[in-house]
Amino acid sequence: METLLEFLSLRDPNLRYVVLGSVLLTASSAVVGTFTFLQKKSLVGDAVAHAVLPGVCMAFLWAETKNPFLLIIGAFITGWLSLILIDGITRYSKLKEDTAIGLVLSVFFGVGILLLTYIQQNGNAAQSGLDSFLFGKAAALMPQDVQAFGILAVVLLLTVALLYKEFKILAFDKAYAKILGLPVRTLQLTLTTLTVLAVVVGIQAVGVVLMAAMLITPAAAARFWTDRLPVMLVLATIFGVSSGLAGAYVSYTAVSMPTGPWIVVVISSIAAISFFFAPKKGIAFRLYRQMNNRRMILEENILKTFYNLGEKDGNFRHHWSREALLHQRHFLPSRLSSGLRRLTRQGFLKKNAGEWELTQAGYRKGKRTVRLHRLWELYLTQYLRIAPDHVHEDAETIEHLITPELERRLEEKLDFPTLDPHQSQIPNR
Amino acid sequence: MIHQVDNPVVEVHDLTVSYARKPVLWDIDLTLPQGSLVGIVGPNGAGKSTLMKSILGLVPASSGYVKMFDQDLDKVRQRVAYMPQRESVDWDFPASVLDVVLMGRYGKLGLFRRPRKADREVALECLHKVGMESFAKRQISQLSGGQQQRVFLARALAQEADLYFMDEPFAGVDASTEKAIIGLLQDMAAQNKTVVVVHHDLQSVVQYFNWVMLLNMRLVASGPTEEVFTNELLQETYGGKLTLLSEVSELVQRKQFAAREKQGYRG
Repeated sequence: METLLEFLSLRDPNLRYVVLGSVLLTASSAVVGTFTFLQKKSLVGDAVAHAVLPGVCMAFLWAETKNPFLLIIGAFITGWLSLILIDGITRYSKLKEDTAIGLVLSVFFGVGILLLTYIQQNGNAAQSGLDSFLFGKAAALMPQDVQAFGILAVVLLLTVALLYKEFKILAFDKAYAKILGLPVRTLQLTLTTLTVLAVVVGIQAVGVVLMAAMLITPAAAARFWTDRLPVMLVLATIFGVSSGLAGAYVSYTAVSMPTGPWIVVVISSIAAISFFFAPKKGIAFRLYRQMNNRRMILEENILKTFYNLGEKDGNFRHHWSREALLHQRHFLPSRLSSGLRRLTRQGFLKKNAGEWELTQAGYRKGKRTVRLHRLWELYLTQYLRIAPDHVHEDAETIEHLITPELERRLEEKLDFPTLDPHQSQIPNR
Repeated sequence: MIHQVDNPVVEVHDLTVSYARKPVLWDIDLTLPQGSLVGIVGPNGAGKSTLMKSILGLVPASSGYVKMFDQDLDKVRQRVAYMPQRESVDWDFPASVLDVVLMGRYGKLGLFRRPRKADREVALECLHKVGMESFAKRQISQLSGGQQQRVFLARALAQEADLYFMDEPFAGVDASTEKAIIGLLQDMAAQNKTVVVVHHDLQSVVQYFNWVMLLNMRLVASGPTEEVFTNELLQETYGGKLTLLSEVSELVQRKQFAAREKQGYRG
């Protein structure tokens, strides 16, 4: 708790750099990653992330210091080279893009690991900290790193802000953008460059192995919550930054902890929560709606059964036992009981000495369901020319769906009928 | 039976198009007059969409050239609009109907500039024309196929062009919508705009179009509907592929031949 307060107070100047750095790095990769995600190029981001490692190592071998600018340039060169290779392999050979990505990713990463091991075994004193590029170490961010990466991050964000509408149309409909006369090749090149830059910027905090998660997961999580691109960008940034901060905190308090895995754990949890609990698209919401539907169908079926029994009997106010209901229509006994209980509580049924009868409201509701059932049966036989003995099953579902507006149109279309295809009376409203 | 015109809006000169070196369109050579409503007609796999895409530079040509308003396409992009097939994009994209129609204005806006109020009004007016104005705020993934089609039509209209290319604008729309759309296109032609449409319903060709291109890997005919839309020419178009032509196409692909020496237009 104390460390958390200390972390949040930002009193330690070193810490300020770490926090600022993490925020900038994660924000820029979330924003650029949103467009990578929408362009369906998530895997390409992963390939680039792995491909920057040999560049970082070679820059280090050449300069023999950990100069952030040189490392960025090295990372940038091999990152770009990997993209050109993927593009070339896809275009000029029979291999498909996923194979090309797999090939390039493993070759570049393999070379990177080779160089990294070589540097470590040669015992170069300055190499300490280079392996933080593998899994990231936010706490190792030095002021000059933050300066270098910070400038890049700001450039990234500004470019996206300027080219927002161009990137949007590029992701949605590239061919159309070309027809409009937009410089599609240049724009695509710019977006790809931004992706490489975002990776280069982000690896210090997250590491090459897990960088793709930082690029794609915030966007994927944000997509669950919104259908609007501006909102999606803001949400992705918030998700990215909060995971970045969590990573920085862990890296600050537990020095031996790598940052990347922590960031990924946090952002993945956010994604999982979105996946399950986001309104409309989340699984929980969909299950809840399905449950509600099932419950509504059960209740309407029970009331309908009361109405059918009343029709036979000529008296809608008669009370019926569970057995009578089960005799008229098949219900799961347990579900029937809970349905009866709920309907009684809601005032659609009245319980009397172990038997139930319709209230006025229940009578109306049961009648409407029967009415919709028969109207739909009639519609199917008249307009779809389906045989009268084949329409019942279909009407069993549709009767629960039809809105009052559709009901009116159905009635007009059928010219206010009184009899259904089985010559049963269609009850009036 | 290829009817050439003076001062054409579109001039296609000796265009050959190949996919992976296999020629799919041979020596297309035609001209289209201004103010015409043109139907591109032919059987499945005849290359109708490919011809349209190639004319617009979306599919590279192995040889030949295209001119619009007597210029290269790049010089007159502002005057040319396109409506692709709706399957060409993923509709599960975070955008509203208005967002998509506004894209039709991006060409006029140029780089960096955001859509202005005037662009918004043009977009809404185009939505009104296709009967979709009440859907402006709707998320595009919630649209039916016919509604998606109308959104794309509105987007093309928002380009405010003089020459329109439309790839199967009637696919998946109901009869009343089709009638409304063709009415719109006929109005545009009456205002001396030129509209080129890929179409595959032979029943309605005579009623809809005043100019017809019959296509089946090669151009069988191009000209005024009453002259070109004849039984004899239709038979030639739909009477099966020319087997010899198809076999030569296959051979070109197998032997990795360039169908034609690459030659630019020198003018």
